[in-house]
Amino acid sequence: MVSGRRIRADLTVFGRGYIRSRIGLFFSLIFPIILILLFGAIFSGSGSSRVPVYLQNNDNNSTASLGFIKALNSTNTMAITMVSSGVNFSQYLASHSGASGIVIPSGFQGDISARPPKSVSVTVYGNPASSTSGIVTGVTGAVVSAFNLRIANASAIVSTQSVSVASKTFKYIDYLIPGLVGFAVLTSPMFALVNISSQYKRDKIFKQLSLTPLTKTEWLISKITWYVFLTLISFVLMTGAGTLFFGAHITFAPGIIPFLLLGPFLFVSLGMLVGTVSKSVESAAVVGNLITFPMMFLSGTFFPVDTMPAYLQTVAHVLPLFYVIDGLNNVMLYGNYNAALTDVGVLVVLSLVVFGLAVRFFKWRED
Amino acid sequence: MSTIEVSSLAKSYGSLHAVDGISFSVKDGQVFSLLGPNGAGKTTTIEILEGLREQDEGQVKVLGLDPWKEGYQLHKKIGVIPQGFKFVDYATPKEAINYYAALFGVKVDADAILKKVILEDSADVYFTKLSGGQKQKVGLALSLVNDPQLVFLDEPTTGLDPQARRAVWDVIRTLRSEDRSVLLTTHYLDEAEELADEVAIMNHGKIIASGTPAEIIAQHGSGRQGESLEDVFVKLVGEEGHGQAGDLPAPAAPRRRF
Repeated sequence: MVSGRRIRADLTVFGRGYIRSRIGLFFSLIFPIILILLFGAIFSGSGSSRVPVYLQNNDNNSTASLGFIKALNSTNTMAITMVSSGVNFSQYLASHSGASGIVIPSGFQGDISARPPKSVSVTVYGNPASSTSGIVTGVTGAVVSAFNLRIANASAIVSTQSVSVASKTFKYIDYLIPGLVGFAVLTSPMFALVNISSQYKRDKIFKQLSLTPLTKTEWLISKITWYVFLTLISFVLMTGAGTLFFGAHITFAPGIIPFLLLGPFLFVSLGMLVGTVSKSVESAAVVGNLITFPMMFLSGTFFPVDTMPAYLQTVAHVLPLFYVIDGLNNVMLYGNYNAALTDVGVLVVLSLVVFGLAVRFFKWRED
Repeated sequence: MSTIEVSSLAKSYGSLHAVDGISFSVKDGQVFSLLGPNGAGKTTTIEILEGLREQDEGQVKVLGLDPWKEGYQLHKKIGVIPQGFKFVDYATPKEAINYYAALFGVKVDADAILKKVILEDSADVYFTKLSGGQKQKVGLALSLVNDPQLVFLDEPTTGLDPQARRAVWDVIRTLRSEDRSVLLTTHYLDEAEELADEVAIMNHGKIIASGTPAEIIAQHGSGRQGESLEDVFVKLVGEEGHGQAGDLPAPAAPRRRF
């Protein structure tokens, strides 16, 4: 039978020890704020979002070529660095580690103003491995199309208009927060429990506790309670930092709560399971990392899952953290409660299974 | 009535017969000491009696209960300090006692217990900051929280300085005067001679001698005047019987400790 008194007693000793040791506190409270500040700064700054591009104008600063550069600049997507026309452009790019470049050929103005106009190519250099090169190719292509229309004296019939997905205007930070909250939900309990459980086993603290009326289930519930508490605090801190420093819009929908409860429930249990089935503190850490790191990167924490190749998306769907982040996204960004409900369902089942396994395999005493 | 009844107890780890068919009993209110070199099977025996391990063969009754199957009831009546006691780093001895009291659902006077184990001066020092002897005393204090009828002390003085050892001895004497039974394992022969009513000497999983210290000396000694339990122990266990584990003192010491 589960006793509230014993859970409370264990929670008091554990929580007090946790606060006093300070290291754990750093990782569960300060670190998430640092994450928000760091990622917020990387992605939200207006100046830094422009792609650096090297441009060589071989058309003697003709009016047409200058007009073309002005058009590129007006897209606000590129930070253009001019390269003088005598230089070997690909060597220059390589020696400056430039991922993207544009070359306006000589005779650019002459060719486009000839009657009838001669065809002419603007060369775009790009690195296929760099995501920013795609932006440069696309934007240059769009500017070229606009020029073509002008030369042909035509006007655009089909045009595009950008609308942000979701009811409100969201900023980049708003898309980041659910993933980063998920990151904190995973790492703080997971690393701590892998460590604590393997250490308690080594130091025979579990053996000793088995000689008291405290049960394994009670011990685990006490840890889950503590990490739910920490998760709630770190959620408030992260969203607070996001709002304060980057003007994030957070909807504090009640639908967020199940994820902040189920996440720690699941990952405390998983950490416990890993820690107790491992033979030593060291092997526990290795197994813990093997489970945590793929989950950390493939569940949509830093990169959206739907930008990943299909087979990785399949992998993501078996990772428990995916359902926490997907659920938070559904509630916080899209207000899609039906989809969030599915995520809750998956998490409830996973949590109960992992909790059950942890209690089953977690050995108080030896045989 | 006997506090502990053990008959034909055996436990193997693979091909190693850690405990190889031992029988003994501990009477109510007795201090009983299990002696033996490292690897003799003392800790395995004591852990079976505490319900931490299941025996392969034999019968065990502790306070009339089967330790493995009825551990939950048994643990309310016994106190235990495991070898090399450790606790949560950032908890004070006083908090540890209150924690245990809450787990057992009993009201205790933490200060009185701390005084009993002579730890009142460090009542509010974090466990991680305590010396080895003080840590051991926290274990001793915790083993007393539930007012146990029987206390298991597994090498409670190993690694302690002489003053700390004496302090632990005093606590054991107090326990005895309160009619509690004590099962003590130790490397130190003088400790057993000083404290124990009865002694069993184990080697290679078997009990090779038992009785009061005086009886053992009379039965197994060379008959020389002034022979100590330690002299008899060395004779019984033999020079090769120890030195299997690393924590024994160098054999060059004139008064050998085990």
